[in-house]
Amino acid sequence: MTMETATNGWEEGRRPPSRFAEGLRRNLPGYLFLSPWLIGFFCLTLGPALGSLYLSFTDYDLLSAPRFAGVSNYVHMATADPNFGAAMKVTFLYVALSVPLKLAFALAVAMMLNRGMRGLPVYRAIFYLPSLLGASVAIAVLWRQLFAADGLVNDLLWVFGIEGPSWISNPNYSLYTLVILSVWQFGSPMIIFLAGLRQIPADMYEAASIDGASKRRQFVKITLPLLTPVIFFNLVIQTIDAFKAFTPAFIVSGGSGGPINSTLFYTLYLYQEAFGYFRMGYASALAWVLVAIIAGFTALSFLSTKYWVHYDD
Amino acid sequence: MTDAAAQALPGQQPAYPALRSAISHSVLMAVSFVMLYPILWMLAGSLRPADDLFGGNTSLIPSQVTIEAYKDGWFGLQISFGKFFVNSLIIATLATIGNVLAASLAAFAFTRLKFRGRAIWFALMLGTLMLPYHVTLIPQYVLFLKLGWVNTWLPLIVPKYFAVDAFFIFLMVQFFRGIPRELDEAAMMDGCSPWRIYTRIMLPLSLPVLATAAIFSFIWTWEDFFGPLIYISDTGLYTVQLALRSFIDSSGSTNWNALFAMSVLSLIPIFLIFLFFQRLLIEGIATTGMKR
Repeated sequence: MTMETATNGWEEGRRPPSRFAEGLRRNLPGYLFLSPWLIGFFCLTLGPALGSLYLSFTDYDLLSAPRFAGVSNYVHMATADPNFGAAMKVTFLYVALSVPLKLAFALAVAMMLNRGMRGLPVYRAIFYLPSLLGASVAIAVLWRQLFAADGLVNDLLWVFGIEGPSWISNPNYSLYTLVILSVWQFGSPMIIFLAGLRQIPADMYEAASIDGASKRRQFVKITLPLLTPVIFFNLVIQTIDAFKAFTPAFIVSGGSGGPINSTLFYTLYLYQEAFGYFRMGYASALAWVLVAIIAGFTALSFLSTKYWVHYDD
Repeated sequence: MTDAAAQALPGQQPAYPALRSAISHSVLMAVSFVMLYPILWMLAGSLRPADDLFGGNTSLIPSQVTIEAYKDGWFGLQISFGKFFVNSLIIATLATIGNVLAASLAAFAFTRLKFRGRAIWFALMLGTLMLPYHVTLIPQYVLFLKLGWVNTWLPLIVPKYFAVDAFFIFLMVQFFRGIPRELDEAAMMDGCSPWRIYTRIMLPLSLPVLATAAIFSFIWTWEDFFGPLIYISDTGLYTVQLALRSFIDSSGSTNWNALFAMSVLSLIPIFLIFLFFQRLLIEGIATTGMKR
């Protein structure tokens, strides 16, 4: 649209309008359409974000006014809060295990499906279903029961003569049950991988096999490099999602993050501080540390793209 | 996607195509079975008599089918689950309308209208895409507390009418950009107002993306646990997710098959949407590649 004034649809004025009226005429429709979002942006996003930044430097229990406390919340977190350390450890371990496993599984299944399998829509639907249901309380309830002392997993192990522990209430295993839950939901990155695989021109493989390149070599030299933008995208999205995981840990541990803090996801700890103990200032500081971690991770990922992500142009 | 076979990669002609395909199918079927087994096990568990649920019961076929667990569960809390389903339905429907309405208005402004500062607002909108909601959580809670909205559904619904979830704006911007500009430019030349272009041209041409947004919005609101957990305390206002959680506490480990029965019911709306709108969901993910 180059001819702004002629094409914006507002009737032509009868007399030459003032500059203000002219500006209004040009900009008003856009701002009217944008107004719900603008109100939301200022009142529900930007305002609250700045508010929580301020609160993170205060002590605030909702009942009395926030008391300025300098950087004490952050200092406490770094030096004197064992639960914060536990939450960080659990969360990073969860992210580091669940994201690569989930993506590897998603890619492997997508590659199989992309070989022109008959029944692809059926398989794709089956694999996608857990991603859709996974966030609900019902699935967390199911997981809790699968890995209980008398749950399905132990019943199956018993068939092979193995007596399994109560996975959920054993701090050595509880986090891994949640990692499995996350990997179980590999369907949505798989669909994105499938869409990416479809974009790779078939003649590349043709040329490669005429030149005598093996399947493995084709995967390493063609599929992987051309898929790196999609891998990158999935990696960023899944990692951010993993940092924000809440419901499974809450349901499986009954809200405690136990046993012995072994499922104390970062967001669960934040919830406990904010709505269990009403330490709103401290919880705000926790939220900003989470933002810093996510922003730091995202920035690093973007910086790293020039070393491993291959763009066509 | 029936042309999948046609898209098979040439140059990958294996020595024994039939054998290779049989192996692939076996692997995929095995994976499918493992993936679905837990869900089917839950369904089977919900149909078993109460004393038959655990202890060597790995089979998917109950020895005896009964809907006892559904009756127990339905009246398991002081209020029947019917009430919670209605609550969830109202919240999810109103939230979905809000999301679709507000996001389409914003996406229309971003893609079709010219105004000063558009690029900056667009960049800010994209910036909020990755912002974790935790960072706005506490001041929002304080705001809603001051407004007297805590322990009502308003905090779960009203923000959606202000397009707080930028994902939906992004989704629609992507789609609107694909609609030929000639259509609305011609209409503008003819003196159509932006509002008419939005309602008469853009919305009717965007039904697929509006449906996709509506479906995701409905499912996510239906499954949302965190929002109701912090805002709703009155049992009569509970959503299904919240009721399930409270059911775990009240039934403890004694009444698992009633809990399973209610869990199965809570998944049915999502499952139905999945059955009927699978294509839209999968295309929505594949094209924007965002979130779950």
